[in-house]
This record gives sequence, C-alpha cells and structure tokens, in this order.
Amino acid sequence: MGVAKYIKDEKGAIQEVTYQSGIKVKSSYGPEDLEKAGFEYDKDLGQPGEYPFTRSLHPLSYRSRAWTTRQYTGFGTPAETNERFKLMIKNGQNGLNVAFDLPTQMGYDSDHPLAQGEVGRVGMAIDSLKDFETAFAGIPLDKIGSGLTINAVATIMMAMYQATAEKFGYSKNQISTTPQNDILKEMIGRGAWIFPVEHGVRLVGDSIEYAVKELPRSNPVSLCGYHIRESGATPAQEIAYAFSIAKDYIANVTQRGIKPEDFVGRFSFNFNVYGNLWEQIAKFRAARKLWAIMLKEEYGVTDKKKLFLRGLFGGGGSGLTKEQPENNIMRSAYYALGAALSGAQTTALCSFDEAYTIPTPRSALLSLRTLEMLMDEVGLRDTVDPLAGSYFIETLTLEMEEKILEEMKDVEKWGGMTKAISSGFIQRKISAQAYKYEKGLQSGEYKKVGLNQSTEDGEAEKTDVELHEYNEEWAEKSKANLKELKRTRNDQEVSQSLAALEKAARGSDNVMPHLVKCCHAYATVGEMAGVFREVFGEWNEPDFY
Amino acid sequence: MKTTKKIRVLIAKPGLDGHDKGAKIVCLALRDAGMEVIYSGLHQTLDQIIQTATEEAVDVIGLSIMSGAHLPICEKLLAMMKEKGLDDIHLTVGGVIPYQDIPQLKEMGVAQVFPGGVSFEHIVTGINALETGEK
Repeated sequence: MGVAKYIKDEKGAIQEVTYQSGIKVKSSYGPEDLEKAGFEYDKDLGQPGEYPFTRSLHPLSYRSRAWTTRQYTGFGTPAETNERFKLMIKNGQNGLNVAFDLPTQMGYDSDHPLAQGEVGRVGMAIDSLKDFETAFAGIPLDKIGSGLTINAVATIMMAMYQATAEKFGYSKNQISTTPQNDILKEMIGRGAWIFPVEHGVRLVGDSIEYAVKELPRSNPVSLCGYHIRESGATPAQEIAYAFSIAKDYIANVTQRGIKPEDFVGRFSFNFNVYGNLWEQIAKFRAARKLWAIMLKEEYGVTDKKKLFLRGLFGGGGSGLTKEQPENNIMRSAYYALGAALSGAQTTALCSFDEAYTIPTPRSALLSLRTLEMLMDEVGLRDTVDPLAGSYFIETLTLEMEEKILEEMKDVEKWGGMTKAISSGFIQRKISAQAYKYEKGLQSGEYKKVGLNQSTEDGEAEKTDVELHEYNEEWAEKSKANLKELKRTRNDQEVSQSLAALEKAARGSDNVMPHLVKCCHAYATVGEMAGVFREVFGEWNEPDFY
Repeated sequence: MKTTKKIRVLIAKPGLDGHDKGAKIVCLALRDAGMEVIYSGLHQTLDQIIQTATEEAVDVIGLSIMSGAHLPICEKLLAMMKEKGLDDIHLTVGGVIPYQDIPQLKEMGVAQVFPGGVSFEHIVTGINALETGEK
C-alpha cells in the first residue's frame, strides 16, 4: 500500500504533499505554525514521563531501558516452536509473541476436518495443556513475558498459560501474559472471529475482570489498531478505531461494578509502523497524549501509571513487497527507526520473507539485529523524544490529534464501534479505502520501490530467497499426540470441568476460573471452544456490498 | 470480449484464514470491470463453496488463500467440482502464493493463478480470457 500523495510539477518538483490521514504538509515550518495550531509547551508536550505523555511514558525512556523486542514466533508442533523460542531468547530477544495456527485460533483441534492442511502452518498447533507444557519448557515464565496472538479463544489460552505456569511451579502472581484478545478488531480485519459480537465482548470482559482479580502482572487485552490499519484504515483511523473499541470494552467491565481506575492500566496496544515516517511519529505522540487525556477526563482515572498508552509499535506487513524481497530488510529498518523515534516501548518487525510465508530463523534473526542496531549502534537511546520541539513534528502531532478526534466522533455518530461493526458499516468503509489505495499503487500514484518504480525485468517470476517450508508430518504428530492424550487423561475430570464451564457460559459467572480447571484436566481447545459454540452460536458476518 | 453475457464470479475464502482485504478489493475491481460478483464471506467449507457456485450459476470461482494451504485446498476443490459435474466452472486462485507453486497449481487444473501483487487489470484480463476461450 502506498503512503503519501505527491503532486509534482513538470520538472518533478513537489508542489503538494497529502498524508493518508488527510493532512497537507507545507514545504517548511516555523514558530508561526505552532502559534497558529495553538501549541502550548505544558499542555501539549510537557516533560518526558509527565502527563500528557506526548514525549514518553518514563522520564528517561530508552536511557533507562531499551525497548522490548518480541518477534512473532510459532510454527509446527509445540516442540519446533519451543526450539525457536529458545533460539530467539538466546540471541537477545527479551519477550515472546506467540503465533498459533489457524485451527487453534478458530477453536478446532488438530483432528477436526476443518483443520486439514492447516495444522502448524501459520503458527503452532495447540490442542491441550500438554502442548503448552512442551512449548514453554525451559522458558523462565517469571522473567519472560508472553504475548499470545489469539482472539476468539483468548480466554482459553490465558487459562492455558496460567495452568502451565502452575504446573511448572510458578504462582499466577509471577507470570505476565498479554493475550491479544481484541475480538472487535478481528471483525474489522484479520477475521479470526467465532462468536456473535455480544458474546465476544462478554468474553473480553470476563478476561479483564479475571486479570484484575487474579493475574496482577498480566495485561488481558491488546487493542490492535495494527490489523485495522492493515485492512485499509488510515493512521488516524487506526488510533481512533482502537480507542473506540477500548471504550466498548470499558463499558462492559464497568457494568460489572469495576471502576475504570482499577483496570484500564492493564490495557495495552498494538499499532502499525508503516507508511510515511513523519505521519507515524506524529500518530504515536498524539495517541499517547489523547489516551491519557481521555482516561483522565472521561473516565476519571487519576493514577499516573494507569494513563500510560503502553504497547507494541511494530513494522507492518502491508508495507512489504513480494517483488525484490531483500528490499524489505531496508524498508523494515526504516519502519523500526520510526518506532524508535516515537518512543515505542515494545517492538517487532515483519521479516523480509513474510510476503511469501512465515520467516526462516535467518530472517527472524535479521529483524532482531535490525532492532538492536538502532538501540546499540546508531544512537536512538541517547536522548528522550529527540524530535520534540521541531516546528514540523509538533504541528503535525496537533493536526494528527484533530484527525483522530474527528474519526472517533464519526464512530459515535454510527452509534459506537460495536454497532458500526455489527452493521458492517466500518468494514465497508475500510474496504473501499483499501481498494482506492491499491488502485493508486497500481497506477503509480503512490510510489513503491521495486513495485511500481525501479522494477527489474523478470522480477515477478524469481524468488531466490530461502523460504520456510511446511512439513506435513506436523499434523500427523499433533493428531497422534491428541489421540494419546484422550486415551490417558481422566475422562470424568474432563466432562465435569466442561459441564461447569457450560453452566458459567450460559449464566453470568466469569468463565475464566472454569477454563483454568478445564485446562488442568487436559480438556482440549476444541472441547472448550465447542462449549462456547454450543452456548453462544457463531457470528453472521454482515454483507460487505 | 466476444460474449455479451456478464461473467459471474464467486470470490470465496475457503478454510479458516480470515485475511479478507485482498478478496474484498478484488470483488470491487471485478465489479467495476463489469462482472457480476458474489462474495462468499469468511470461513467457508469447500462444500459451501460448491453449493454457492451451483446456486449462483457462476462461470468462475476465485479462491483467496493467504495461509499457504493453496495446494491441498485447490486439489480437493477440483476433485469435488469434477465429482459434481462442475468441470465447466473455471477455478482461479489468488493470495500469498509463491511463484514456484504456480506450475503445480496449473498442472492440477487451476485455470489462472494470481499471486499477491498482480494488478487488477491482469486479473480482469485473465478472467475475461477464460470466458472467451482466449487462454
């Protein structure tokens, strides 16, 4: 997808620049621009680590601690994934970001007919606690936090993580997990949803409530503007829609008698860094500020730390090209630079071969090295928010704020995010935008190196990069393990725990404690999700025409 | 185009993958090119796809696959189409498809392959050619 729109004169000089969010950029900026935008140092910027956190969440930012690196990892059986986890940790990665295969994401066991051909393909295959025990063997769960990229069945995986830690002798107070658990964004983009909207949101609410009471170090929801952006949203919409989704989750949890102050500090975010560099930087600075202001003014949150927009700002896959794939190494490095200049707390990059398939160990390590260079070699840790005070960046940050607020107001006009998604309104809007951008890219209106400029003859046909290969044996292995598990586990414990889960799902009891019991009894993901399917039914996607 | 009849295309998302941006924008592009387009929605079984294709009397099925499972899915769907006597429907596939898999897909009977990155024009021309027999 292209980025900014440039109008040039006949000599090629740039006459006009418009960013995707709709902001026009001038040829230069000065103090008069800040004045015109109403910029005030204390109100809009402030000291690093101080409200409204435009500059950073912590006073010393990267000086005190470099960013956390979390490459998205997982494939095959849990044994292969465990090996890759250890490789990444040995090579300096300090957090995990777990990829699950599609059957697991959709709540099917490896032996389900719909799982055929997909077991272990885009992530690791998980059927039961046995698999989690293998995947996390030898990983210090009190030191390494794990993002779990799972949504529709996030409650199940969160329970699985807790049960695994308990099996290994950790207490639930020691572990830190961040399931993605953002079902509304799955309904806008990425598509790994199962249950109807209201039940999906209820499960998110259950997991937040449970984390507040039982898992003090875990972050039950990671709001993903990332996938909304990948689906065709502008940078301003990416932030606005993630915030609007957050508001619906907040509403669900406050209905349970829990104050925002007691749980919003547990939210984290996952945002996308691809596109125009300056627009991304302004986006993140504006987002940190708006989130803090919204929580303070609308929800009465007072504790400073609970106003933090914490999260992963990662290089977006949409920006990568299949053509001249090695170009993606450099392209991702620039995205990473944008993340670093924005003060990203946690980061990850799509690896250069991901326009083809999931990464090889070599390409995954290249991504990690790219991130290390920024922190340790070229000076991104030297000073906090190095672009602060730039006439351009500060003006742009204020303009971005306006755009984000406009988009949020639009969502309110549609009746809030849940309604906008149920009616398909937002999906249609984003698809239409994606179509328009794609046409612009194909016509050369947006420039993309290797795609519509600097192309090479015969490029389209050749791939001389080494690619990760899928192994059919993983499915057989998973199925055999599942069969063995079902032969050896205590059936009575399984059926009792599943019956208790069903009762909770039908009523209003929190499902989480029941899921933990199911996991300990070695009930399978398919069995637990099957209970939810039975009780909740499945979502009917609205028409997109 | 030699034919005046509008080409009917079913754009379908088989299996569990939910990445639907590509499928949706291709729907919009084919519609703008004058074709009649039916979109299956997500998480379709191959039986559902066959059923929709039959009910809607489509000329072309366009599968969108991002997960890497294009080889087994196409193979199975082609066998099912043959069994149901739907051999006259052209099967095409697009998505995250490595170039080296294209010969194998063609060999098994996939009429056209559109890996990510090809232009709308290329897809429209390719589908038109199928219907006019200008392969």
